[in-house]
Amino acid sequence: MAISVNLITGRTIQQGVSMEAGKEKPAYTTACGIIELDPADFKKLGAYRNTNVRVTSKYGSVVVKAVEATQGPHPGVAYIPMGPWANMVVNPNTYSTGMPTFKGTPVEVEVAKNEPVLGSLELVRKACRGELA
Amino acid sequence: MTKTVTDVICPFCGTLCDDLEVVVSDDGKKLLEVYNACAIGAEKFLHSQAKDRITRPRMRQDDGSWKEITYDEAIEYTAKMLADAKKPLMYGWSSTNCEAQATGSELGEIVGAVMDNTATVCHGTSLIAVQDIGIPSCTLGEVKNRADRIVFWGCNPAHAHPRHMSRYSIFPRGFFTGKGHTGRKVIVVDPRPTDTASVADVHLQVEQGRDYELLNAFRVAFKGEKLPDVVAGIPKEKIYEAAETLKSGRFVIIFFGMGVTQSLGKNHNIDEAIAVTRDLNEYTKAAIMPMRGHYNVTGSGQVWGWLFGFPYAVDLSRGFARYNPGETTSNDLLRRDEVDAVFVLGSDPGAHFPFSSVKKIYDLPSVAIDPHETPTTEVCKVHVPVAFVGVEIGGCAYRMDNVPIETRKVVEPPEGMMTDEEFLGRVLARVKEIKGV
Repeated sequence: MAISVNLITGRTIQQGVSMEAGKEKPAYTTACGIIELDPADFKKLGAYRNTNVRVTSKYGSVVVKAVEATQGPHPGVAYIPMGPWANMVVNPNTYSTGMPTFKGTPVEVEVAKNEPVLGSLELVRKACRGELA
Repeated sequence: MTKTVTDVICPFCGTLCDDLEVVVSDDGKKLLEVYNACAIGAEKFLHSQAKDRITRPRMRQDDGSWKEITYDEAIEYTAKMLADAKKPLMYGWSSTNCEAQATGSELGEIVGAVMDNTATVCHGTSLIAVQDIGIPSCTLGEVKNRADRIVFWGCNPAHAHPRHMSRYSIFPRGFFTGKGHTGRKVIVVDPRPTDTASVADVHLQVEQGRDYELLNAFRVAFKGEKLPDVVAGIPKEKIYEAAETLKSGRFVIIFFGMGVTQSLGKNHNIDEAIAVTRDLNEYTKAAIMPMRGHYNVTGSGQVWGWLFGFPYAVDLSRGFARYNPGETTSNDLLRRDEVDAVFVLGSDPGAHFPFSSVKKIYDLPSVAIDPHETPTTEVCKVHVPVAFVGVEIGGCAYRMDNVPIETRKVVEPPEGMMTDEEFLGRVLARVKEIKGV
């Protein structure tokens, strides 16, 4: 079953550290290829912690690992750290300000146990070449 | 034997900490330890020593693999690409020193580029608001020594500016703030109970995207006028109380971040935040400051300010500087197919732009100048690794409060590696040759 949540993005210290250590490394995927969900939303989704999920918006779709919110509770709000995973689904419209709408994108989250979370370089490369499912 | 370099400047975030200590080997070629830095800053210094660091330029082959090329070949490719382009986008400029920014600006002027920095996805909307209604601001030194009411609105320094709270805003004891954090009241406004909120006196868990309403409600509350029972998810009693806390302070500082600049409302949210600051000055002293991200994004705004008159999104394609956010900003240009080449230096749009913009970079002739391997280098045709500014080469950087600080070189770059400034200087010379100017 898919749930609807309001997606925001932003920095986390793990995102910062793993970014400086190298975005091609697995630690960057562990830090940013995730979605932080509130326990209440996990319940609605009917999924265990650390399950891969597919996040879909009007603008795109990406597979990330669902983890419990580290800075919660925030029911109805989901958080993907800034990075290529978040940017597959955020609202790119700038509404004439130059600034894409990185915060406040309505998304659907559904369990995708058998789909892998791609590394940052592979994700961007495959998406550019149109090789993503 | 080793030696310790003191008073090192950290080239990670806009806090630009200037008290790091770095231990280097006797010959100055190896960086061994970093003290006083936050986890991110330390990692930045240490990563310069990575064994798998790329030290020579690379060009993407037709089969998708990389081929190592010389710096001369990379300079030739870059110069031709920029000289041939009608309207190239030259983006980034925030993770480099002001000297490189100035050289890059000269290059941009000759090739008729659009120059844009990372403010375009960060505090660009704040800059628009400042141009709309001005900004009453101050330095971080004033915050440390005077501020007794601290507001973090839509920002989470515990994660994004890890030493900001201990150096300037919450914990330090200053000249008029001898009690440190016990003499300060801290208010955090954020849709999540963040780690910053956990050290605050008051957390207002605003509904995401409703910052404008709440800011406006504060202005109403200052005047003691009537509020609806609940505004943006916050009961009116809490708003009145927080407003009173601010009015009763001797010096109020409002720090704000991406929570307000990237949510809907954008520059208008900042307009209102600045208006809140202005209103507060009726009762006490108040100032407001954007929490700038990259360590020298402020510097690129300064350099372009004095060169072109605008802090970001500067279109030089007509031979004079034009500025129109929404038109001359990177994401709008890319998504509308209005640029025909992309040059990236000191930033990673491949990771931090919405994918629809990244795809356009992939489709265009493109060069990325970056010490790291990143999603941007993955989509660009040529990747030129360079020395880390603030680690392997010094140069000027501006802190988030517009204070210029000279960064320091602490270790030698890998042999034969160019700096941003050298590379740009060589490309500039070659472009002049091609164009005959």
